[in-house]
Amino acid sequence: MSGNPIDRVAEATPPTFASRVRGLSDRTIAWLFVGPSIVLLLAVNIFPLIWTINLSFTNFKANRLRDAEYIWFQNYQRILTDTGTWESMQATAHFLFWTIFFQVLIGFALAYLINKKFKGNDMWTTIIVLPMMLSPAVVGNFWTFLYQPQIGLFNYVVEFLTGIEASSFSMIGSVNLAPWSIVIVDTWMWTPFVMLICLAGLRSIPDSIYEAAECDRASKWRQFWTLTIPMVLPFLMLAVLFRGIENFKMFDLVVQLTGGGPGSITTLTSIDLKREAFEKWRTGYASAYAVILFVTVFGLASIYVKALNKVKER
Amino acid sequence: MSGFSVTEPSKRQKWFAGILVITYAMVTLMPLLWIIATGFKSPEDAISYPPKVIFEPSLEGYVNLFTTRTRVTTSMEETLLPPETWYDEIARDSGTVISGPTRYGQRFTNSVIIGFGSTFFSIFFGTLAAYAFSRFRVPIKEDLLFFILSTRMMPPIAVAIPIFLMFRQLGLNDTHLGMILLYTAVNLSLSVWLLKGFIDEIPLEYEEAALIDGYTRFQAFYKVVLPQAATGIASTAIFCLIFAWNEYAFAVLLTSGSAQTAPPFIPTIIGVGGQDWPAVAAGATIFLIPVMIFTILLRKHLLRGITFGAVRK
Repeated sequence: MSGNPIDRVAEATPPTFASRVRGLSDRTIAWLFVGPSIVLLLAVNIFPLIWTINLSFTNFKANRLRDAEYIWFQNYQRILTDTGTWESMQATAHFLFWTIFFQVLIGFALAYLINKKFKGNDMWTTIIVLPMMLSPAVVGNFWTFLYQPQIGLFNYVVEFLTGIEASSFSMIGSVNLAPWSIVIVDTWMWTPFVMLICLAGLRSIPDSIYEAAECDRASKWRQFWTLTIPMVLPFLMLAVLFRGIENFKMFDLVVQLTGGGPGSITTLTSIDLKREAFEKWRTGYASAYAVILFVTVFGLASIYVKALNKVKER
Repeated sequence: MSGFSVTEPSKRQKWFAGILVITYAMVTLMPLLWIIATGFKSPEDAISYPPKVIFEPSLEGYVNLFTTRTRVTTSMEETLLPPETWYDEIARDSGTVISGPTRYGQRFTNSVIIGFGSTFFSIFFGTLAAYAFSRFRVPIKEDLLFFILSTRMMPPIAVAIPIFLMFRQLGLNDTHLGMILLYTAVNLSLSVWLLKGFIDEIPLEYEEAALIDGYTRFQAFYKVVLPQAATGIASTAIFCLIFAWNEYAFAVLLTSGSAQTAPPFIPTIIGVGGQDWPAVAAGATIFLIPVMIFTILLRKHLLRGITFGAVRK
């Protein structure tokens, strides 16, 4: 048994066919078909990853010609003791927690309502989904217009509904409101994602289960908590996983909306990383930062997937 | 519908659910409608207080999007020839003359070239790999999903650092080829996984029959499997296209001029004293409408696409 996956693939192919088929052997075809993709993934995913790890031990600066020196773990030490890093981690945690909270709440509620199968629910579902498919940078940029204190639609609607004067607050300019301004736009964009997954979960529950519960005279409330929620939970957890990963690496939307400001209140880790790498050109330092972020997401996601699998097995 | 069903929601419940969902849909649609509407406003109407819902439509935003203009004084204006085209006239009405095209058209073309180019390659290589993974039993299915997920876990900025250095070495920075390669690789994981799902659903018997009829494995692939997988390939292609179309982080870091796509460009459209909102909105409208249409076409496969095939419905 050779170690390389393609040989293993070819070996796993039923021999009955291989002997009967004319032309290229299955083994050759497996090589030909999988080869280009593996080469491309190695070149653009794996090789850069290894290079990043290598760079992270150096003091390389991409805008200087001077040769880099190996400084080993100094970058890592500096990052982990830097207060700016922890502030951006905190900003990311705030963003992650509240976007997921609102998206799960609203997304599940919408899915639950759509599952009542009212007339035209398909059309309205498609309309709700639209924001999610659009370019976050372009849409995020336009939201800065909606958030303008005097002329923006958002502030006007708030004034219309609550009576708070439109020009008295600036969602993007104020330290207190800016973290919420990005939460609102992200929730607007990505609630449909959670909704779609929940809807798939709700639709996967067979009617017969509810019929059985009805025979047992379980109240609707009880059915909801003991049937609907546990059956949808794996789907909901999957949605949270996807949103968690996506929002952990969030860049385009927030950079266009607030640019990390005011001050550094909405500087999420990827915005911080971009500044280190492409504005201050501390390539080695930024590489170490990137490795730390990757290990964090990968670690958290692995633990989460284990939990998800446990829920699925139940 | 026959007889009584305990699981069928009552009429009142349906009404209630319908009203709530439609209300949400209206609210969520408002920013999008506002983009489209702002594109047709005059600059004065766009920044009026209170925001104008009813306004006199104007194409000034679109003219400003595609042209650069120079301001002319009234005395100079008298010496000019009368405006020849409708867009000349619009520019003249605001006291300017058109002096040339902007870069929007070129940036949009870049988006089209890079979007379609990368989609073609990620579908081409993706279909081949997906077929091999689907038919030549792969023992590492679960690991593969996690591996594919993990390539997408890296923040794009983190990947961009070595890619930037690599492209600089190879002279690929700010080129169409570089961006096509990069987006192809990023999309490949999605396309392999989605297409594998679609090909898995094609019964093996079709191919077996073809093989017994004397087709080679390769002929069986492109004469039997490919036509069967056409819908799946088409919807996967649209997903890849939408990703490349919307992508911003790589584009803003790796392109600056000749290969810059529209997403980094649109936010930089400025007029007198800040962003020229009708022009920005016009640019955004032209850029977003194709995706909206594709989304409507895709609605049946939407879930599969956005979850890497993890949820199939």
